[in-house]
Amino acid sequence: MAKYKTKGLDCWGRAKELRMKYYQDYMEAHKRGALRWEGGAWTFDAVPQALEGEVHALTEEPYGASVGANPELQVRYQEAAEGKWGCARDLCAYMRSYWGSIVLNEFAFGGEWPKADFIFQNHICCSHAKWLQVADELEGGDIPFFCFDVGAGAYDKIGERQINYVVEQLYDGIEFLERVTGRKVSDEKLIQNVYNTYDSACYWAKACELNQAIPAPLDEKTMFSLYVLGTLEKSNTDIAHFYKNELYPETKDRVANKIAAVADEQCRVLGDTQPPWGFLRIFRYLEKYGVVSIASLYTFSLIGWWKIDGKGKIVPYPTLEEQGITIKDRDHALRLLAEGELKGKLMWAPFYGAKYKNDIVTKIAKQWKCDAAIIHLNRGCEGTAQHQMEMKIALQNMKLPVMTFEGNMADEREFDEGRTTRLIDLFVTENLGLKKVAD
Amino acid sequence: MIFAGIDVGGKNVHVVIAKNGTILAKVGGPAGINKAEAAEQLYEEALKRAGLKRGDVTRVVATGSSGSRVAFANGVIPDAAADARGVIKLIPSARTIIDVGGEEGRAIKISPEGKVLDFAINERCAAGTGTFVDTMARALEVPVEEMAKLSLKSTRSIPMNAQCAVFGESEVVSLIHQKTLKHDIARAVHDAIAGRIGSVARIVGLEKDVVMIGGVAKNAGFVESLKGAIGMDVKVPDDPDFVSALGAATAAATGVLEEKVKAKVVEKEKIEEGKA
Repeated sequence: MAKYKTKGLDCWGRAKELRMKYYQDYMEAHKRGALRWEGGAWTFDAVPQALEGEVHALTEEPYGASVGANPELQVRYQEAAEGKWGCARDLCAYMRSYWGSIVLNEFAFGGEWPKADFIFQNHICCSHAKWLQVADELEGGDIPFFCFDVGAGAYDKIGERQINYVVEQLYDGIEFLERVTGRKVSDEKLIQNVYNTYDSACYWAKACELNQAIPAPLDEKTMFSLYVLGTLEKSNTDIAHFYKNELYPETKDRVANKIAAVADEQCRVLGDTQPPWGFLRIFRYLEKYGVVSIASLYTFSLIGWWKIDGKGKIVPYPTLEEQGITIKDRDHALRLLAEGELKGKLMWAPFYGAKYKNDIVTKIAKQWKCDAAIIHLNRGCEGTAQHQMEMKIALQNMKLPVMTFEGNMADEREFDEGRTTRLIDLFVTENLGLKKVAD
Repeated sequence: MIFAGIDVGGKNVHVVIAKNGTILAKVGGPAGINKAEAAEQLYEEALKRAGLKRGDVTRVVATGSSGSRVAFANGVIPDAAADARGVIKLIPSARTIIDVGGEEGRAIKISPEGKVLDFAINERCAAGTGTFVDTMARALEVPVEEMAKLSLKSTRSIPMNAQCAVFGESEVVSLIHQKTLKHDIARAVHDAIAGRIGSVARIVGLEKDVVMIGGVAKNAGFVESLKGAIGMDVKVPDDPDFVSALGAATAAATGVLEEKVKAKVVEKEKIEEGKA
């Protein structure tokens, strides 16, 4: 008999619908006289989405992940990129898929590659700095391009100077947008977009926080399909509504009624970085042992905003409502946007050193009551895979058993499923002392 | 009672049959493409050498990358677990195991009881495995069995790439064209893999006694290089390539099996009771 009650999420279908609509809208944008832009998942979409009229974005990383979920497609796109450019296989796997898609003039969701009207990007890593420059070259070299820098320091170093640094660039960005599109940036839209961004980021964090409950109401494999909406367009009203009014209340209800993500939860595991997207079934394999991945800095903070409170605990970043803030004008909106992103997105911290990642991850392991850690040594993304071996040592110093396995988030040529499941068998039976609960 | 352990690796199969801790037979051979068939044949050969029939063996446990292909096994244990059980039986003071086989190199930290505490694997790369030595031996045009003797003659250290077996091979060819002596190249090959394996071992932490097993442990030249790379003495048991199979046999004897083993044994006993 199963240990806990379980059932699927009621809001699951809605999440899928929102995601498909996003890609459909991007493909069909020009038919409706709407604008299309390319950028990153962390590109402060509230700003370009504040342009008058209809505007749709294509964010790079989720597109790369979507391709990554199809091993055959990812290899074809990557080989196209490697063949065209001779680009090295140790470059970001998402980026290679994206370039290959353009080279083949294919859009993974159907039809030809939909060319963007402008590019609005921030430099979160060296790959992002070049990604869309190269994409523009592949698309003819005539797409207006704007980028801004966000290397302002880790969350504990953000003050007025750092916020000003980013906000001043955003003003440049607005000037760029108006010049290249011939449209105005609406303050009313911008303000609403910033409210939506806060709701998306903070309510996702609140939903993740609920995973501290035993049994966990959500498992990481499911969470991948839920956080993705925030990587598409945090500033979108429907997406913000989804997090605030659908996912979060439903997750609270699951905790209140002890509804588990996995009925036989007997071991809670901390993960790290993107998973091998084409092989998410390894999470289901873990569940045969009652092992559930329930927490990771990556899943929590890719879109979620957090803070370290006065007691040294990681807690969700406060919404604007909770802070008692009403946005007054454009400048206020931009400052709040920059502040939230720079202070709240803990995922930026590892770029500033292992000390930050170790501190955050060990806190997560403790607060989310993790029994072990399984770390994907992800060759596809150097950014999220930074400091993983230091992190392993830090977790082992907490007496947490830790396993690593090599792979690539979106290049199936670098992942060996058979070997990985054998490593899982070894780790789970020997280090964790568990037996299978299901076949 | 008699127990058997079968280690089905990437290149070779090893079988150990034991009774009351004494080894009755040890047989090894190439795994080939049809590993299940190779395991079957070598098991039969081991039984013949021990003067036994299948029914005389109480339990068979398989291990190795293709251990699950052994249809007649009563259970399967992970290879690192088999390594741990086998090594601790032979060298009770062992605390770190380095196993370098045909297709994988791994380091395992074990407890005094032979439990796996931590492990690290040289994944998806031939450059830290026996395959690297085979490839370089071919490039040098010497039998792989000669590599140890050759490298032990060398008094010179030449840095060499061990990031990739393909690049390593082309580097060997370059060294040959530069008229570098074969024994120096052989040592460079061993030093290169040892450096790589040493790095893997440092992930789990090196605690003495360090024991090396697997096919590459038979290569005395490599073992010397490994000692240099980790700065510690390395013990190598006799027949190091059979240790994992011995560990599997030990696991069979101590009843560390999967659930299906227990069910099969219970069923077999019921049938025997019925016959009696």
